[in-house]
Parts: sequence; C-alpha cells; structure tokens
Amino acid sequence: MGDAPRPAPRTHVKKLGDSLLILALILAIWQGLYAYAGDVAISSPLNTFTFATGLLTHAPFWDHAAATLLAFAYALAISAAAGIALGLLLGLRRFAGDVAEPLLVSLYTIPKVTLYPVMLLVFGLGMSAKVAFGVIHGMIPVILFTLTAVKNIPPVLLRTARALQLRPLETATTVLAPAVMPEIITGLRVGFALTLLGVLIGEMFASQRGLGFLIINGINSHDVRMTTAVAVIVVVFAVFVNGAMLALDRRVHHARA
Amino acid sequence: MSTSARAPGISRGTLILWTRTAVVAGLVLLLELLCRTQVIKPLTMIPPSAMAQEMVRLIAAGEISDDIVQTVSEVGAAFAVSVLAGFALGALAQALPRVRRAIDPLLASWYAVPFFVFYPLLVALFGLNALPLIAIGVVFATPAMMLSTIAGLDRVPGVLRKVARVHRMSPLREVMLVTLPSAAPHLFTGLKLSFAYAFIGVIAGEFILSGGGLGYGIAYAYESFENRKMYALMLLVLLVAIGVNGALHVWETRLARRRART
Repeated sequence: MGDAPRPAPRTHVKKLGDSLLILALILAIWQGLYAYAGDVAISSPLNTFTFATGLLTHAPFWDHAAATLLAFAYALAISAAAGIALGLLLGLRRFAGDVAEPLLVSLYTIPKVTLYPVMLLVFGLGMSAKVAFGVIHGMIPVILFTLTAVKNIPPVLLRTARALQLRPLETATTVLAPAVMPEIITGLRVGFALTLLGVLIGEMFASQRGLGFLIINGINSHDVRMTTAVAVIVVVFAVFVNGAMLALDRRVHHARA
Repeated sequence: MSTSARAPGISRGTLILWTRTAVVAGLVLLLELLCRTQVIKPLTMIPPSAMAQEMVRLIAAGEISDDIVQTVSEVGAAFAVSVLAGFALGALAQALPRVRRAIDPLLASWYAVPFFVFYPLLVALFGLNALPLIAIGVVFATPAMMLSTIAGLDRVPGVLRKVARVHRMSPLREVMLVTLPSAAPHLFTGLKLSFAYAFIGVIAGEFILSGGGLGYGIAYAYESFENRKMYALMLLVLLVAIGVNGALHVWETRLARRRART
C-alpha cells in the first residue's frame, strides 16, 4: 500500500452512515411495496426476516443451499480457470485476440437464458446442466477482462523482461501476473456474480434441489414468504461477497498506482 | 505496427475481418455437418440451415409477428426509459458529490444481485402483462447508463470547461458544444450496455414467466417439444442481438474516426 492516504475515521463513520441510509431506504421501499400489493405478492420485511432466520436454522434449507453452492463452486472454478487461460492466450496472440474479441462481446450480450433448452438437451437434467449454465454466463467476462489486461501491458515491461533474459516462467510470474492481476480480479468479480446468476436460473427451470428450485417452488405453491425469504438470502450473500471482492479489487488497483 | 508477414495491399483490419468471418462460417459449417451426419442427434439440435429455413418461414407466414411486436416494443420502452433515466440520474449524481458518494456502494454491487429471483415478485406486483417485463429491463439497464454517464462527465477535460467560460457560453451551449461531445464515447458505451441489458432483461423475463413475446415463444416451443420452432426463434433472438450490437459498434467506430479527424 505504501503511502496511500489512509481514510480518516470520520469518513468511515460517514460511509457507514450512508450505507445505513441506503439500507433504510431499501427497507422503506420494500415496506411500501408490501403496503401497496399485500401478502399475495410480497411478504413484509419483518415477516421475511423472521421467516428467513427460521429457514436458516432448518436443516433441509442447508441441503438446498449446499446443492447450489456445490454447483456454483464447480461453475466458478471452470469459469475462472478456463476464462483466465483463454484470456491470456488471446491476449498474447494479438491477431487471434482481435479476431475473437467482437465475437465474445456479442456472445456476452445475447440473452443466454434462451439457450437453456439446449443446455438441457445436451447435458440432461441435474448437476451438469446447472454447472454448464453457470459457466456460459460467467466465463466470458473473465476472458474479456484478462484479454484486455494482457493487451494493455506496457510493452516496456516485456522488453525489460527480455533484456533481463528472464525465462518464460519467470516472465509469467514476475512480470505478466502482477501486471494483469488487478484486471483479472475485476473480471473474477463480474464473473462471480454472473456465474451465481446462471446457476440460480438453471435451478429455477430444471432441478429438484437448490435455492433456485426453492424460489420457483415457492412461486408454484404460492408460498410468497418462502420466495421472498430465499431471494433475500441469495441477494445478501451475493452483495456481501461482491463487497469483499470489491475491497480486494480496490486494494490491488491502489497497490499498483 | 506489427512486423508479421502479410499479403501486400490487405490491411490488418481487413484481414481480421475476413478471418473472423471465416471462423464463424467454419463453426456453422461444422455444426451443420455434425447435425447432418447425426453425430448430434436431431432430437438435440437441428442443422443451422434448417433453423434459418424455419425462421424465414415463421416470419414470412406471420406466425410470430405478434411476439416480435411485443418483444420489440418492450425492449424499446425499457431501453428508452433506462437511457433517459440513467443519463439524468448519472448527471445528477455527478453534480452532487454527496449523493454520489452515498450511492456508490449501491451501484458497485448492483450487478451482483441476481434480479431474476425478484421477477416473480414483479409479476405479482404488476400482473402478468408487459409492465413487469419493462420494469426488469429498466432495473437491469439503468445503472449501466448511470455509470457510463458519470464516467463520461468525469472525464470532460477541465481546460475545455475553461474555454467554454472564456467564451462566455450559456450553460445550454456549454452542454451542447462542450460537455456532451466530450463525454460522447462513454455515453455511447452506456447506450450499448443499456441495450444489451434491456434486451437480456426482457427476453429472460418472457422466458421465465410471461404470456407472449419471443422469450415466451422459445419456452413454449421447448415445453411442447417443437424443436424446429424453438431453434428458429433462438436463431432470431441471436441474430437480432448481434445485429443491433454490430450496428451500434459500426456507428461508434465511425463517430470515433470523425473525432480523430477533427
């Protein structure tokens, strides 16, 4: 970190105040929606929290959560490993990268939900379809961020490595990796969110287990409390992990500057 | 710039474009071949040529005109609302540092929230019509436009603002002649992202829970085992997304070139 200016304690307090204010605002909107639409559409914040705490101390819920987390862990591992590898390859091979980049960007913008039937037909019902769905959502941003990072490495760094006669492995670990790490972490953060989205959507359509299934099951059986509570738990988890990765993200970006 | 050998008279850009076309054509051909030789079973996937044929037939027969109209108007509405709202909110946040600091964590974690888990709630709130679909498109697309607007306005060089002041421009003239042109590249990125997100939001919403539109058509065809129709609709959605994206990309490069010239 070096001599990066430490935020004064007062800004911390201010930030906390801001976050609390936003949280209060969200809760107020939620309560307002509840007042407007009533029990058939959405359960009240208080009701949801008591139900969610009940759910969290309930063993079957954790079975579903474990199923989701397992699929998510597989999908994220594949997205990250394959995404970084492809990104590095396409970044180093300029020509291949220039050929592939617009294609990847268009793949990124298509609504991948519509590909769900193909995934089912290819992978069948169950775990592998969920994982595949997570991967097609999460891998492309990781590739794109890595590719851009490698492409934008200042040439002087690589020339220095050559002048110092570093071996390829040394170049990779001492020059390439530190240079692209911040962007890769950003890519992984985006990839994390999208992989989770993919796995959940996968579970909503074609699974008998997992949190996505709990949500869709709640809809089908008009269990509004269940749907709202699980949705909130998922969102809290996603926002929490995103916040942690964002903090890491900012730290590595600062460390380089 | 590159030292690689290259045929004389062909620029690198053209070469890349041709290679890209060849790669895509090759993949489509491979898929066609795999399907025709039954390596990929017809129950799993139909050949791309059959998809295209069926797509053309569906469009020509007017079978999916209603769905197309519905989806296009929903995406259009969501796109328009989110671009306008995103720009206004972004400009507002950029002008008020206090507000900006407060909403910063909200914007940063926005796309981590899997919004589709809320979609059923939106349907319960608004009813099963176009409104929840437009709403989810807007919810999805607005922050992208906001972030791009903030980024663009942040990067208007201070010297340009000073020039505007030296020329005693009215605020409106300053915005039209200095601020907007200077922020244009970022605003354009915002447009592109907003379109993509509005499109994804609406189609995915239709797919999950709706009574019409292209997304619904795909889900319905899937459930009733109409493979041909399903793949034809998928191809249509794919082509529309890539087409609009490509058009925006071409427009953007043209604008960038004009900027570079002046």
